[in-house]
Amino acid sequence: MEKIKFNLNGKDVSIEVDPSSRLIDVLRLNYGLTGTKEGCGEGSCGACVVLMDGRSVNSCLLPMANVINHKIVTIEEFSKSKAYECIKEAFSSLGGSQCGFCTPGMIIASYALLKKNPHPSEEEIREHLSGNLCRCTGYEAIVSAVILASKKGEGLW
Amino acid sequence: MTKFATSVKKVDNEDKCKGAALFVDDIKMDNMLYAKSIRATIACGEIKSIKLPKLPEGYYFIDKDDIKKENVVNIIYSDWPIFCTGHVNYYGEPIGLLVGENRGKLEELAKQIEITYKEETPIFDYSKSYIHKEYTKGDYASAKKRAVKVIKESFESGYQEQAYLEPQGMLVYPDPKIKDKLICTGSMQCPFYIKRAVMRSTGLGEDKVRVIQPAVGGAFGGKEHYPSLTGSQLAAAVIKTHRPVKMVFDREEDIKFSTKRHPSRTDLEALIDKDNHIIGLKAKIHLNGGAYRGCSGVVLSRALIALTNAYTIDNLDVVGDAYMTNTVPTAAFRGFGSPQTIFAMEMFIHHIAKDLGVDALELRKKHLVKQGDVTANSGHFHDPIILPEIIEKAISMSGYDKKIKEYSKPGCNKGIGMSLFLHGCGFTGSGESDLIKAKVKLIKDEKDHVYVYASSVDMGQGNKTTLKRIVSKNLGVRDDQVTFDNPDTDMIPDSGPTAASRTIIIVGFLMEKAAKNLKKIWKKGVRQEIVEPYVGPTYIKWDEDTMQGDAYPSYSWGANVVEVSYDPTTYQISIDGVWSVYDCGRVVDERIAFGQADGGIVQGLGYGYLENEVTDEIGRFRQKNLSDYIIPTAKDMPHLETAFIDNPFVYGADGAKGLGELTLVGGAPAVALAIENAIGKKVNKIPATPEYIMELVTNGKD
Repeated sequence: MEKIKFNLNGKDVSIEVDPSSRLIDVLRLNYGLTGTKEGCGEGSCGACVVLMDGRSVNSCLLPMANVINHKIVTIEEFSKSKAYECIKEAFSSLGGSQCGFCTPGMIIASYALLKKNPHPSEEEIREHLSGNLCRCTGYEAIVSAVILASKKGEGLW
Repeated sequence: MTKFATSVKKVDNEDKCKGAALFVDDIKMDNMLYAKSIRATIACGEIKSIKLPKLPEGYYFIDKDDIKKENVVNIIYSDWPIFCTGHVNYYGEPIGLLVGENRGKLEELAKQIEITYKEETPIFDYSKSYIHKEYTKGDYASAKKRAVKVIKESFESGYQEQAYLEPQGMLVYPDPKIKDKLICTGSMQCPFYIKRAVMRSTGLGEDKVRVIQPAVGGAFGGKEHYPSLTGSQLAAAVIKTHRPVKMVFDREEDIKFSTKRHPSRTDLEALIDKDNHIIGLKAKIHLNGGAYRGCSGVVLSRALIALTNAYTIDNLDVVGDAYMTNTVPTAAFRGFGSPQTIFAMEMFIHHIAKDLGVDALELRKKHLVKQGDVTANSGHFHDPIILPEIIEKAISMSGYDKKIKEYSKPGCNKGIGMSLFLHGCGFTGSGESDLIKAKVKLIKDEKDHVYVYASSVDMGQGNKTTLKRIVSKNLGVRDDQVTFDNPDTDMIPDSGPTAASRTIIIVGFLMEKAAKNLKKIWKKGVRQEIVEPYVGPTYIKWDEDTMQGDAYPSYSWGANVVEVSYDPTTYQISIDGVWSVYDCGRVVDERIAFGQADGGIVQGLGYGYLENEVTDEIGRFRQKNLSDYIIPTAKDMPHLETAFIDNPFVYGADGAKGLGELTLVGGAPAVALAIENAIGKKVNKIPATPEYIMELVTNGKD
């Protein structure tokens, strides 16, 4: 056990955990932030994606030791932002969420892309989201939603 | 009021997007224990001994001796034990549960359990049939005398994982208010299946088992029966511990031990007359059912019935068997037996055309099903069939006719394929009227707010939105004046399982009737209730023993066109274009219908060329996670183009027929035909992996 300090959803926090424990477990079990989902536990599916210093990371692959002094933002905090509102509206209007299990991770990954590249091509979107699996939508509505968000969300990222 | 068929806001969007929708693993209860399955490590044999470590206080081992009533999972055949009876029949068969507060401790204790076995030789091939079905049409033997040519081929298909993003999970807890009552909540498709399973295994009465659906992260058939197993296991644990017990699989446990699609082999023989007409078809269908029958008989039925697909063939001799193997039981998966035989039939009719030297599309057009035709099972296609329009639309969207000629030239390494297909909607034959007997309920409160009560689970496909919409549209009220909460068996009537593409065509139809009836008696400011029982088309008659009659109340139809390019160095396939046309009667909500279409075709394409799952010498799956069981990613898929053609069905909600499964069944043959076109060799097996394509390019038949 070790005392680990990091910034979680805008607040400095410190927690006594095994430094090898996974960020996803700490988020879900210690902080009750269950919007971050576990679909595979090995970084293949992206359901557990959170932001670390503004970049999307798989929280199932991240030991707490690597989180020390970093800023973590989960869907619970991100969903209070205007950027979220824009992406969510695009997902809702085009059908980007069906069962909803991949959706929080997918939305955060979409934001990370738009932050890096506010006007991505369809190919760039498909490339960037290839680490986020969805079994319901065939990706069609998700890709269109990211295109729509990039058009509507000028200056939000 | 919004116009029908356009889209309304999907009711669960807000919570799902911000991560607030609660899935079973998000639910935490006071005093909750976790369960871990202890599984057999051989494929076949007797358990000689089980030696448990000393369990600390608050830790329990639950096994067959803790089942109060019947140690059997309540599925169609009663042969699947909840906990191993003493004879292991597949690698991973659950022997018991370790239950306790700390998951790390459970892992530690599980390693200390010692189990010894007396091993027997397992069976992995198609040698031990445990379900047999057959039917005939016309007179195959005399047709054979008229045939000028007989063509024979075999087709094989592999396992497929549902690969829902949320793995299997269940939570059972004692009702805090009512003594000896259990509440089950978990990732599920069919709340009443779980209720009946738990009643049967515990001996508890109707009023002592309650099932509540939380958010469900995809199912695709994989959560139709399996939750009856986990629900029954956990019920035993709760009765012993008097505490809430949760079990959520990680992906590895889910892939290795939950049910999946039946692997198959279909041996076909076609009779051709002097005019190049297919006058007869003989088939022997093999399905690998795994260790226990479960629902394999019904899957086998659908596989047999779907065989002739979109074609009318006058003389048939069809037999099929589900085989016992010492592997994980196979069960429901979107399509339910029909993807296997429709793949075989679509490939076969192309291969026949090649052998006869005729155009494959022309040969197919000559045999297309028409309204009034006799079905494979000597029933009738009662409703209008618009296959020619579907084909024409698919060609105009995709440019199939020009591309197929261009790509058939050697060396261009591109290919295009078109599949045609049907899907029978609802349960087989008169099952809806005779067995399921679905009911729905509408309650209007004093504030004139309407509550929809049905057991249909929204596992992503959007029926909370569509069913609610059918009600509001028919009542002529605003969408927000109607609420459809997740099913809770203490509140709702049994409107049947969420399966078999029956939700819109059966439950939706009932909702339409209930709403119309409520409208007739509507009194402002008064609480009113309507219960609507299912009454189906009376002309549907079916004999399951002889497999004769009308197999389904109606059929949905479709065409998929897939374009691929092929890399002759790596044998990799990439998908360049996908065009789909469907007749699902009439679309209830456009956005939801497109969502089904997009997800279905991608799952079908994955089945055809990507998703490979095989067992080793002791029946264990070699694939363990989503890094080695590969499902399509956004990068693997191109833009998908889809069109619907209206063809309203009299017994559907505003003319709607089933859609969910239809969108999957044509994917595999379309991509396999495209690959065949690209490499110039016959494809007889799916998934058509690079290894198989290499084999075909080297040794395959033209």
